[in-house]
Amino acid sequence: MEKLTKLTSKTTVLPIDDVDTDQIIPARFLTTTTREGIGKALFADWRFDAQGNTIKDFPLNAPGIAECKFLVAGRNFGCGSSREHAPWSLVDFGIRAVISSEIADIFRNNSLKNGLVPVIVDDDTHQWLLANPGAEVTVDVEARELRLPTGKTVTFPIDNFARHCILEGIDQTGFLMQNVDNIGRFENNRSWQP
Amino acid sequence: MGGKTLFDKVWDDHVVVPENEQTPAVFYIDLHIVHEVTTPQAFDMLREKKLPVRRPDLMLATMDHSTPTVPVNDLSALDDPAISAPEPAKQIRQMIVNCEEFGIELHGFGDHHRGIVHVIGPEIGATQPGKTIVCGDSHSSTHGAFGALGFGIGTTEVGHVLATQCLLQRKAKSMAVNITGKLQPGVSAKDIILALIGKIGVDGGTGHVIEYRGETIRGLNMDERMTICNMSIEAGARAGMIAPDETTFAYMKGRDKAPQGEDWNIAVERWKELKTDADASFDKEVSLDISDLEPQVTFGTNPAMVASISKAIPKINDLSFNKAINYMQVKADQPMLGTKVDIVFVGSCTNSRMTDLHSVAKILDGKKVASNVRMMIVPGSEALKSQAETDGLDKIFTAAGAEWREAGCSMCLGMNSDKLGKGQLCVSTSNRNFEGRQGPGGRTVLASPETAAASAIAGVIADPRDYI
Repeated sequence: MEKLTKLTSKTTVLPIDDVDTDQIIPARFLTTTTREGIGKALFADWRFDAQGNTIKDFPLNAPGIAECKFLVAGRNFGCGSSREHAPWSLVDFGIRAVISSEIADIFRNNSLKNGLVPVIVDDDTHQWLLANPGAEVTVDVEARELRLPTGKTVTFPIDNFARHCILEGIDQTGFLMQNVDNIGRFENNRSWQP
Repeated sequence: MGGKTLFDKVWDDHVVVPENEQTPAVFYIDLHIVHEVTTPQAFDMLREKKLPVRRPDLMLATMDHSTPTVPVNDLSALDDPAISAPEPAKQIRQMIVNCEEFGIELHGFGDHHRGIVHVIGPEIGATQPGKTIVCGDSHSSTHGAFGALGFGIGTTEVGHVLATQCLLQRKAKSMAVNITGKLQPGVSAKDIILALIGKIGVDGGTGHVIEYRGETIRGLNMDERMTICNMSIEAGARAGMIAPDETTFAYMKGRDKAPQGEDWNIAVERWKELKTDADASFDKEVSLDISDLEPQVTFGTNPAMVASISKAIPKINDLSFNKAINYMQVKADQPMLGTKVDIVFVGSCTNSRMTDLHSVAKILDGKKVASNVRMMIVPGSEALKSQAETDGLDKIFTAAGAEWREAGCSMCLGMNSDKLGKGQLCVSTSNRNFEGRQGPGGRTVLASPETAAASAIAGVIADPRDYI
């Protein structure tokens, strides 16, 4: 996982509510056994028509999209399927933070394990971001802050441990492995066995 | 101090290291169900880090998501492009390799208990009250019907459970859903959960574990309870649970992995404690009276966009709402009743069990599927398939002109060859009507098995109450 402490970038805006992970990456792309090149499948059915032609007015097809590291999304982004391929495809495409007023639980959890920062903001800030695509904003993981070009700064919630892992660029398996003795003790001392 | 909820009790029983401000809890998992689609990268992680699977005995492995629903008697059948595309075939073969290499028993082709992950767990008795159950699949909430805590995880977390049998978790909030009233004929559990999601929204349960309570729930059988818990995730909830009772124990008794002999009696005594204390409180409460509930059908592109079958689609002037009804090619102010149907799909982890198959057979018996409709009936497991055949249901289905297929996820998510074509409309007993879910450009209408069967006969979306 690539570490992230602070990043300033333009936003791209997808103002649809309840975008599910089937849209982020349709199921037919989940037949892969690796993560290689998975960004190509990001929003496949919204970026391309049935013939594979680019749909010009879709935000992620806009010229200069490579400079946009932040996706501002409608409310309840990432609902539905638990597929981790969703954050994988966003990260592979170049997105480093998703900003919304609400982000679905499993998607948020999966994002944190892949260095994709879920930034949850209040409704006013969300409305401003939706209305100002291309705004240059700063996501500061260290300070837990989002800074707008208007000078406004808002804080966002992020679990201490997940934040630590993103700041250091480390995965969480190592921490679990440090607990093997605790796990063994727990298994031996249970009042019933599964 | 207040009492504990069912969720509190199961949570507390699995904390290896408690959470604090700096770190989440190390949380123990009793049953991990693995399938071919969300695990290959996790097995690769184990190889990279040179780690074994800690508890192969607590894994339950099968293949369901991308498997063909035509017979596969021999793996070489997967090379036939009429049976499988090369990518899913490769994934299926990789699953076999991964299970062999890491010492996990696999319920693969030819196994009586191959089937949908959330069907086989309960079927073999591995799903039990008080267990923590995870799978790289969001419908793991299904197992909550037994008073287990079941939730979906990503592939990184699949790796964590393979390696350590634990997850890093923060405790979710609790939400009570109280359901009262008696269901009318032709209305079923699927209608209850669709109506609930319509009421609280696709994010109504976000951050919460739901406990379904009340007299209506007590009167449901296990298949019906599973249908309800299954769709908890469609309300955004982390999990959905129902306290175990005599109905639960009667369903479980004698199943392969259920405790046997004296162990059974000991287990039942422990399971009887798994209920919310009278003085416990929830973070959130919702009530739903289903006495006058009609069959429900979705009209949009998420499960909360749902209406009673006789009622018109509401008119809401909103970008997301308009995008959804344009995609569905339906009109506000008009009911879904009478809309032309191309495909009817009966199956998925929501509605592919014996209760569902019997409900469909009852309506189809002696009738014909309309000439404009292709009807696919896909049982949840191979064991269910043979049980249905013992009951003679397959004869009723095929005589009506429906296809009776092999077990799998099938057209719920179109990962195998069972897909909708562009613009086709499917009345589906599955759980998600997202854009393109059943195939690019396909249109999904979620409904109960009863509504699906009635619509198959009518050739248009039909009210099952006219067919019983």
